[in-house]
Amino acid sequence: MFDTALTLADLGFLAQGALMTLAVTAVSVIAGTLLGVIFGVLRNQLGTYWSLPITFLLDIFRSVPLLIQLVLGNAAQSILKLGWAPFTTSCVVLSLYTAAYCTEIVRGGISAVPTTTRRAARSLGMTWWQDMRYIVAPLATRVSLPAWIGLTLGVMKDSALVLWLGLIELLRASQILVTRLQEPLFILLICGAIYFIISFPIARLGGYLERRWSND
Amino acid sequence: MIEIENVRKSFGQLEVLKGINLTVQKGEVLTIIGGSGSGKSTLLTCINGLETIDAGRIVVDGTDVHAKATDLNKLRRKLGIVFQQFNAFPHLTVLENVMLAPVKVLGQSKAEAEAMAVKQLTHVGLGDKLKVYPSRMSGGQQQRMAIARALAMSPAYMLFDEVTSALDPQLVGEVLDTLRMLASEGMTMICVTHEMKFAREVSDRVAFFHKGVMAEIAPPEELFGAPKNPELQTFLAATH
Repeated sequence: MFDTALTLADLGFLAQGALMTLAVTAVSVIAGTLLGVIFGVLRNQLGTYWSLPITFLLDIFRSVPLLIQLVLGNAAQSILKLGWAPFTTSCVVLSLYTAAYCTEIVRGGISAVPTTTRRAARSLGMTWWQDMRYIVAPLATRVSLPAWIGLTLGVMKDSALVLWLGLIELLRASQILVTRLQEPLFILLICGAIYFIISFPIARLGGYLERRWSND
Repeated sequence: MIEIENVRKSFGQLEVLKGINLTVQKGEVLTIIGGSGSGKSTLLTCINGLETIDAGRIVVDGTDVHAKATDLNKLRRKLGIVFQQFNAFPHLTVLENVMLAPVKVLGQSKAEAEAMAVKQLTHVGLGDKLKVYPSRMSGGQQQRMAIARALAMSPAYMLFDEVTSALDPQLVGEVLDTLRMLASEGMTMICVTHEMKFAREVSDRVAFFHKGVMAEIAPPEELFGAPKNPELQTFLAATH
């Protein structure tokens, strides 16, 4: 007969961890996407040469392992006496990490909109902004969505690394319970299931939007 | 009136327009013929301000297209252009494609823009395709939609840049019929085309471009009947 020492309170503890994972992910993905859109548009507008400084900076965030970025980020905020809470530091580092990847996704999406289509928009008297808002943004979003969904899911799982800054998110909560209850397989199974439950709607949302746009 | 004065344009080392002088009167239909790389399409995009020029000037109804002070977005409202590629906005229905610019650029109400869009789409024979996405239409239909989209801005001039070149032969006719209709309605048009029969039928004047130079310009019967320029003679012999 299956027997476990896991209590309802422990499940509540895991749920709190899951909420922390969701909070860190939501803040990082929203902020990272906004920054990614700004940098992506800038990279597209400035051309290869003038956008070199942005490219170089973002390459650093894409190349250095996230764990190192978190530790260095935390050290930096401490040295600079910013007094950030671990949550803030985690969100800032993860946002920049997300922005680095999102920039490339946005740049690729914008590049995928044919120049001739944009010319047609401008030839109708649309301003640069109107062209971006009504033609480029919807078309680039369609192209970029699958990659962006992948990035979001990746960031959610990578957010587990913020446990190194002392945040008790889902994985850290599971570790604490494993140490206390010595039931690693069962607890990690529950932890994995919760990750799946959070990820599934995001993945499905992507599928739904792709189907909805397939009429175009 | 469109006045083109000694216009020069280069892409890198290649000079594609070598001092073009041309005036197009209101109500005139001018067709431009010539081989590939003769500069005809470049001239159209220069008139619309989509390309800069290196020398000379282009004046549309008294406004210098390339002057710094010129509001190009405003000027383009009176210069409709239709390209070789249909350039439909694929995420919008046919009706939305035509309504977008009147609403966003001209500030028309949706009802006003829709009435105009339906009128123009019906005019080009697409009255039954309003809710269809462009990807579900043939090339000829998409091109007619592009014409309706330009017409919905109520332009004073229409520029057509090889609008039948990307079409299957059986679809060319429907687009040319639309252009003929516009010409008969008195629209001022500059058409870059390879359709000699069409050029002969609808034009008030035909210009022949060769290597960035306007080698000859004359009424169609004269240009096709008794071409003076040797390159034009060769070109016409090759296209017949």
